[in-house]
Amino acid sequence: MTAFSLLLQIDAARLIRLNWVDMVIIVIYFGAVLAIGFYLKGQAETGEGFFLAGREMTAWIAGLSFLSANLGSLELMGWAAAAYQYGILAAHWYWIGAIPAMLFLGIVMMPFYYISKTHSVPGYLKLRFGEPSRALSAVTFAFMTVLMSGINMYSMALVMKVVLGWDINFSIWVSSITVAIYVALGGLRSAIFNEVLQFVLIWLGALLIPILGLIEVGGWDKLQARIAENLGTGDYTRLWSTLGSFTDNPMGIHWTGIVLGLGWVISFGYWTTDFLVVQRVLTAKDLRAAKMAPIIGAAFKMMVPFIVILPGLLGLALLPVKLSGEAAAVAGGGHSYNEVLPLMLARYCGPGLLGLGITALIAGFMSGMAGNVSAFSTVWTYDIYRALIRKRASDSHYVSMGRWCTIIGVLVSIGTAYLVMQFLSIMDYVQALFSFFIAPLFGTVLLGMLWRRATPAGGFWGLLLGTVSSIAMWAWVKIDPNALSIIALSSNAKDMAENMYRALWSWIVCVVVTVVVSLVTRPLPEKELVGLVYGCTEIPSEGHLPLTERPIFWAGVVCIAFLVLNVLFW
Amino acid sequence: MSHEKQQISIWYFIGLLVLVYGVLIVGAGVGELISPPDNPRVLQELHVGIWWGALLVIIGGMYVYFFRPGRAA
Repeated sequence: MTAFSLLLQIDAARLIRLNWVDMVIIVIYFGAVLAIGFYLKGQAETGEGFFLAGREMTAWIAGLSFLSANLGSLELMGWAAAAYQYGILAAHWYWIGAIPAMLFLGIVMMPFYYISKTHSVPGYLKLRFGEPSRALSAVTFAFMTVLMSGINMYSMALVMKVVLGWDINFSIWVSSITVAIYVALGGLRSAIFNEVLQFVLIWLGALLIPILGLIEVGGWDKLQARIAENLGTGDYTRLWSTLGSFTDNPMGIHWTGIVLGLGWVISFGYWTTDFLVVQRVLTAKDLRAAKMAPIIGAAFKMMVPFIVILPGLLGLALLPVKLSGEAAAVAGGGHSYNEVLPLMLARYCGPGLLGLGITALIAGFMSGMAGNVSAFSTVWTYDIYRALIRKRASDSHYVSMGRWCTIIGVLVSIGTAYLVMQFLSIMDYVQALFSFFIAPLFGTVLLGMLWRRATPAGGFWGLLLGTVSSIAMWAWVKIDPNALSIIALSSNAKDMAENMYRALWSWIVCVVVTVVVSLVTRPLPEKELVGLVYGCTEIPSEGHLPLTERPIFWAGVVCIAFLVLNVLFW
Repeated sequence: MSHEKQQISIWYFIGLLVLVYGVLIVGAGVGELISPPDNPRVLQELHVGIWWGALLVIIGGMYVYFFRPGRAA
C-alpha cells in the first residue's frame, strides 16, 4: 500500500474529511521543512554551528523558537480540552504559570547562562558545581526527553487517527523521519528556523476559530452568559475569584496550589532550567538578544489562550454535543474533551482552511519533537559522551556524533511510542516526571546563580536528594493512597494537584539540603565563580541604551499587560 | 535576519509558504462560492476561505517582497 493511499484511508469514525486541497497544503508543508533542512546543511559543520546555531540568532528568532518548542500540538489540543473541562482556569498555565518565570529567565538568569558560554544547562552545572552534578542532570534530562518525545509521538498519532482516520504507524514514521532528516542535516539552526515557521502556521491555522466563534456567539459577554446558561454556573469564566476554596471551582484547586505549585516551582523549573526551551535562547547573537528573547516569548505566550483556551470555552457555549472524558467517549461512542479543537475547526472551516488547521497541529507536533531531539542530541554529545566517554576528539567528530544522535534519539522515541502503545499506563506517569527532575533542578540552578556560598557538594547532594525525595513521595502515594492527604494537603487532590505539591516539596528538600551541605563544606574561591554567580559577575550595563531598547523596559510592559489580564478576568 | 552574506532569510521562506497557501485557500473558497456544499457549515455565508486566503496572500506577498534574496537590509 502506498503512503498516499494509506493517508487517504476511509474511516467512517473520523472527525474531519480532507479533500485534495487540504492534502496539497499538508504535503507542501512537509516539503518546506525538508527544504529548509537541506538548505541549512552547509551551516552546521562545526560544533557551535550544529549545536548552538552559531550563536547568531536575533532576539525575535530565538524568542519565537523558545515559545514554539513548547507549543506542541498536544499542548494546543490538551489545553483546549482543559478549558472545556475546567473553564478559564486553564489559562493560569499560560499566565501565572509562565509569564513571571519567562521574565525572570530573561532578566535575572540569562546573563549567567550566556556569559558562562555554556552549551547546555547541565554544562552550567559542571561549571558551577562540578562533574557529578552535570552527570546527574544530563542523564535524567536525556531519559526524560526521549521518553516525553515518544509519548507525545504516540499521542499525536492517536489524535490523527481519531480526527483524520490516519494509520497510527504512518503518522509516527512519516513525521518522525521528517524531523530526523531536517534536524540531522541542519542541526539546531534548522530546528529553530522550522520552529519559527511552525509558530506562524500555528497562529494562521488556529486563529480563525476564536474569531469566528466570537462572531457566532456575539462577543465575550454573550459567551459568558451562554456558558452560565448551559452549565448553570458562572464559575467557568472566572480566573481567581473561585480559588478561595478547593470546592468552589471546576478544577478543585486552591489558590496556594496555583501560586506556589504552578506559578513558582513548576513554572520557574520548566521555563528557566528545562534545556529544551533554554537551548533556544542560548543561540542568541548577544546578551541583549538573549535577554530579550524570553521577553518576546512571554509577550506571545500571553496571547496563546486566545487560540487555545477561548476555543475550549466556545466549545462549551456552542457545541450541540456534550463532550466527556476519554473512557466515557470510547464506551458511549461520543466525543472526548480532547476533540474540542478539531470539532471547532470542522464547525467553521472548509477546504483549504481545514488543511491549514491540520497543518498547524502537525507543525505543533513537529516543533515539539524537534525541540526534544535537538536538546537530547546536545546533552548527549556534550554532557554525556564528551564528558564521560570520549573526552578528547575533534570538533567534527562531535558534530558527527550529534547528527547520529539525532537519528538515534528519534528511533528511541519511536520505540518509546510503541512501548506506550503496549503499556498505556505509562501515560499516567508522564506528568510526574517534571516533579521528579525539573523541580529539584530549579532549586540547584537558582542557588548556584544567586548564592555564592553554595558549594559543589551542596549542589550535588541537593539535586540528588531533591530528585530521590520526589520519586519517594510518588511511590509512597502509589503504595499507600492515604499518603495523598499529607503530600497534597487533601485526600481529594487530583493528579495535577498532587504533582504540583510534590514538586514544591522536592524543591524545598533540594534547597534545604543544598544550603545545609554548603554551610558545612568549603566554598569555591571567588575567582572560580566569575561569570557564574550573582555578585561575582560583571553584567554589562544597559544604561547607555535608549529606554525602548532595554530588556527591563519591555519586561515591565509585559508584566503590566500580565497584571491587567489577570484583573480583567479575575 | 541575515546570518551570512548570501543566506536567504527565514522570513522569505515563511512568506513564500504563506503566499502559496493563500492562493490555494482563496481558490478553494471561490470553488465553494461557485458550487456551495450540500451541508453548509456554520457561518458559511461569510465565505471565510476567501477573505482569510486573501489575507494570507497579502501577508505572504509582503514578506516575500521585503525579505527577497538580494534585497538590501
